[in-house]
Amino acid sequence: MADAVFLALTVITIGSAIAALEMRSLIYGSIALMGTLGGIAGFFFLLDAPFVALFQIAVYVGSIAVLILFTVMLVKRELIFKKIEDKRRKFAGIGLMLIIMVSLGAVFLDSGIKTMTTDEPAPDFRDIGIDFVTYYWPALILMGLLLAGSVTGALVLAKREDVENDQRAN
Amino acid sequence: MTSELIDFTLVSVALLGIGIYGLAVKRNFIRMLFAVEIIINAANLNIVAFGRFLPHSSGQTMALFSIAIAAAEVAVGLSLIIVAYRMYQNVDIADFRSLKG
Repeated sequence: MADAVFLALTVITIGSAIAALEMRSLIYGSIALMGTLGGIAGFFFLLDAPFVALFQIAVYVGSIAVLILFTVMLVKRELIFKKIEDKRRKFAGIGLMLIIMVSLGAVFLDSGIKTMTTDEPAPDFRDIGIDFVTYYWPALILMGLLLAGSVTGALVLAKREDVENDQRAN
Repeated sequence: MTSELIDFTLVSVALLGIGIYGLAVKRNFIRMLFAVEIIINAANLNIVAFGRFLPHSSGQTMALFSIAIAAAEVAVGLSLIIVAYRMYQNVDIADFRSLKG
């Protein structure tokens, strides 16, 4: 059964996921999102995947969360602290969440994975590197091109074309 | 591995539910991106948890690909937020109606 570290990570992850969505300030919300992403990294450590965990910390906690923080800072101050949500949909959303959690949870609890345990030794993270440069090398190159393309696309999208019209700068 | 597979799966289901709640209720573009991030992380957690049962490291390799593609998605999504904010001076998706027929 679950041990103390697992329970603590669960509380951190789910609590900060709720906080990320429900906190009034978007800045605190994005810091809470960092807690969720870090908690997931902790789960990866528990699953004997230290390389994926460090990748998660480097990519998500390190870069994506900071990118989100900077985007939040570009937004007007009153919008950061304003809660925009459909009041009518709130209860429907909570109901949908509970339906998904209960039904999927019941399915999983009823299925065979409840008793699945493994005696496999933890995979060596050096195998990941070998995988990347042997079997998965076309996918790795495609992924690099995709990342370069998306970052370039993001820069092109966010480029201002009205810089000479400096009314926005003020 | 002291915890069992079902524990990780249940955490993942809880995160999926929270993410779908956020997508359904929130109208703030940035918060919806938070919800998408939470859902993607629930999926990654599942991938690694099930991949632990393989004798080789394919599950972790797949999770790494998934994380990298999610990073690309976030970069594009954030720049879309910036463009939409510049056009409408708001982050409420109810205002982004110019594509509505």
